[in-house]
Amino acid sequence: MKLELRGITKRFGPLVANDRIDLVVEPGEILCLLGENGAGKSTLMNVLYGLHRPDGGEILLDDAVQHFSGPGDAMRAGIGMVHQHFMLVPVFTVAENVMLGHEATRFGGRLDLAAARAKVKEISDRFGFDVDPDARIEDLPVGVQQRVEIIKALSRDARVLVFDEPTAVLTPQETDELMAIMRQLKSAGTAIVFITHKLREVREVADRITVIRLGRVVGEASPTATNAELASLMVGRSVELTVEKAPPTLGADALVVEDLSVHDANGAALVDSVSFTVKAGEILAIAGVQGNGQTELTEAILGLQSGVSGRILLDGQPLTGRSVKGVLAAGAGFVPEDRQHDGLVPEFTIAENLMLDRSDGPPFVKGGTVQTADLNAFAEQQLAEFDIRAQGITTRVGRLSGGNQQKVVLARELSRDLRLFVAAQPTRGLDVGSIEFVHERIVATRDAGIPVLVISTELDEVVALADRIAVMYRGRIVGIVPADTPRDVLGLLMAGETAPAVAA
Amino acid sequence: MTSLETSTTGALVGRDGQRRSWKLPIVYGVLTLLGLVLLVALGRDGAASFALSQSGDAVTLPPLVLPARVTGIVAVLVAAACTAWSVRLVTAHRRQPLWLPVVFALVLVVGLLAWATAGNTLPVPGLLAGSLALSVPLIFGALGGVISERVGVVNVAIEGQLLAGAFVSAVVGSLTHSLAAGLVAAMVAGMLVSFVLAAFAIKYLVDQVIVGVVLNVLVLGLTSFLYSAILVPASGVLNSPPQFTPVRIPVLSAIPVIGPVLFDQTVIVYLMYVAVAAVTFGLFKTRWGLRLRAVGEHPQAADTVGISVSGTRFWNVSLAGAIAGLGGAYFTLAAVPSFSKDVTSGAGFIALAAVIFGQWNPVRATLAALLFGFASNLQNVLGILNSPVPSDFLLMLPYVVTIFAVAGLVGQVRGPAAAGKPYVKG
Repeated sequence: MKLELRGITKRFGPLVANDRIDLVVEPGEILCLLGENGAGKSTLMNVLYGLHRPDGGEILLDDAVQHFSGPGDAMRAGIGMVHQHFMLVPVFTVAENVMLGHEATRFGGRLDLAAARAKVKEISDRFGFDVDPDARIEDLPVGVQQRVEIIKALSRDARVLVFDEPTAVLTPQETDELMAIMRQLKSAGTAIVFITHKLREVREVADRITVIRLGRVVGEASPTATNAELASLMVGRSVELTVEKAPPTLGADALVVEDLSVHDANGAALVDSVSFTVKAGEILAIAGVQGNGQTELTEAILGLQSGVSGRILLDGQPLTGRSVKGVLAAGAGFVPEDRQHDGLVPEFTIAENLMLDRSDGPPFVKGGTVQTADLNAFAEQQLAEFDIRAQGITTRVGRLSGGNQQKVVLARELSRDLRLFVAAQPTRGLDVGSIEFVHERIVATRDAGIPVLVISTELDEVVALADRIAVMYRGRIVGIVPADTPRDVLGLLMAGETAPAVAA
Repeated sequence: MTSLETSTTGALVGRDGQRRSWKLPIVYGVLTLLGLVLLVALGRDGAASFALSQSGDAVTLPPLVLPARVTGIVAVLVAAACTAWSVRLVTAHRRQPLWLPVVFALVLVVGLLAWATAGNTLPVPGLLAGSLALSVPLIFGALGGVISERVGVVNVAIEGQLLAGAFVSAVVGSLTHSLAAGLVAAMVAGMLVSFVLAAFAIKYLVDQVIVGVVLNVLVLGLTSFLYSAILVPASGVLNSPPQFTPVRIPVLSAIPVIGPVLFDQTVIVYLMYVAVAAVTFGLFKTRWGLRLRAVGEHPQAADTVGISVSGTRFWNVSLAGAIAGLGGAYFTLAAVPSFSKDVTSGAGFIALAAVIFGQWNPVRATLAALLFGFASNLQNVLGILNSPVPSDFLLMLPYVVTIFAVAGLVGQVRGPAAAGKPYVKG
């Protein structure tokens, strides 16, 4: 089925998310929609899927104009979507999720689960998915959950399939498998729209590439274009894809973690006897697929977790058992992975957010009152130093873009005398410009002789920043390897292969 | 691998105090001690006679006579054994089976009954029938609660729905002299209360608990005012509805002990049986139930497969109100044929507790409601038997059981993931 978008425009108040976008996807073709976060890719696809009504333009399937009033209409017309955040009910089985919305019933209104099971089996056999129709979604690994999403779309005879940032949650191996599935679907005649901001994947599967920036189509590219060409199209200027950094000047062992474990309320190990050391002036990057204990590890170091056993030493002083305030007083700086939830108070101003961790004493609070003059001077200085693009220091942080929010967090954390810097997913959801800036600051911190722990699920970021790489899988560190380790070896480690097996 | 094994066990030992739940054994221990004091130390001599049949039953059984003190001692011993078993399970990191609290509660209740009836006769069918009678509105309310919460709207307004159902069915029943009209009116009244809840919760995204609480207060105030202002002056016309009479089901009602209790009942009770079965079947075996649960667990997933989240929520919350309204009709068309101020007296809140205690499952919620009904009726029966327990203490009983059941024995249960969260598209 041929999909065509003509002049799609979508506004949210004064913001134009999509500005007269034209697209054509032929059957048996993979079109990559490349753009930064916030470029308007997801909005466009939500328009296509009937979740948003366009303010202008039209959607055509096989040259017939369509009017979708909801996702149900889009699905009936043959459009399927594999969402970035899976649209699966966690407590339902695979079969129940696949049948939801177009349930077959038997006598007396009973659900025909047998038919749904057969359907799942049939599709999963056709593509070699190996999915058990009776497994509960929440028990399945994310890679399999994604296949369930694909089965769900195919079970409705989707002829146009949209993949919205499908690789964000996958290991490199799972990503390769997904690419293979996409090629298989393509050869079966499905028209595929693949939304991503990862350049390597684009070049691997795309037949054509359309680049979107600030809600407009800014260009077409062929899969043979270089990364630099694609990136400059995406950002609108040439970008440095690697991080400039000199070899590290290593000091003494600064952060020593020994046999650290974190257990949840049911006694399951989230972090399982992890040991590592970070030297002063070194960046240790922790790689791994989301949800393998990285979050719990950083929270354990910062004193945010209960159920922690083992030892954490900073410059010989134990951090375990201290309150969060105690850990911060020991010189730890922390960039949490969810800045809007854990890093900032969106309703507070930039200045207020900058003093959040120093609210109980000098320099900003004296005798129980906030020293507004001192705070404002400090905030103005940080605004300039960290290039925070805002109207002023009284702007509410919630109104800033993701990149500027992250700069506020960095400014706060790096403006103290640090003895340790922990950055979790420091560039998640940021534009390329902000990523460059954040990376520069992290390297500068290292060069100041501070031990740095970076946790990231983006392999590119890990490879760019790290002096050494530790890979986490199911709560354990499966290997600590040098920064120049090949990607496929890192990929195997991320999938849980242990270090010796990889070497062999 | 070896080093991993040892460190894991080491961690487990270190986590003992905070990770394992000693809640159950402690509750058992305290109750066993209370039993020891009451049933053994303060034990009463004399034989407790449990009458198993009433006059007119098809099969007449001889009364069961138990010596009160010996029964008490045996009950405490069994309870102590249960406690010890529970401690053992906790130290061995094993799950607590469901039968343990059931056995525990059963022996202590029998011991307590024997103690209270010493030298007297306790009519068991009467006790059970009374329990069922008190449970009926709780069960209807709990079914309404289960449906509403499963679809993602927290229903604190069960009390208001019951009370509205009770009031309207009394008035409509009195005016039309028709029981059927009374029932339908009760359902409509419950639905109207639900409409308000649904409109505010779904359309205007107001906090569902707050709307529910406000609705309860509103309905209580409104019905009390209308009762004083209109029903009392014209009670002959407006507040004397007809009353359901029991219908005896042949064969089934001849079963000893439980037959007359369960199958010599009013139509409303039979409706309740049907409702429990229908809701259970519907919720887990039909398209309606699958969609309803999907909306309550992951509304966005439902939306993206073309299910209208707001519509599903609105109509199912309304349905929940209609079912709860039927429970209200039981107060005024079956129990006592007239409305009085606050006739529900908190039954809706106990029904809400039954929803949670029953883990959002209609059958378990029904069993929980029966337990709460039993506790309420125990208070009545013990009062009649002149047991040496102060009546004020007995009045507490159903609520104490409710608190213990919900807070203590539930442990970790997981409700519908999206309950209480308004859904905003986009």
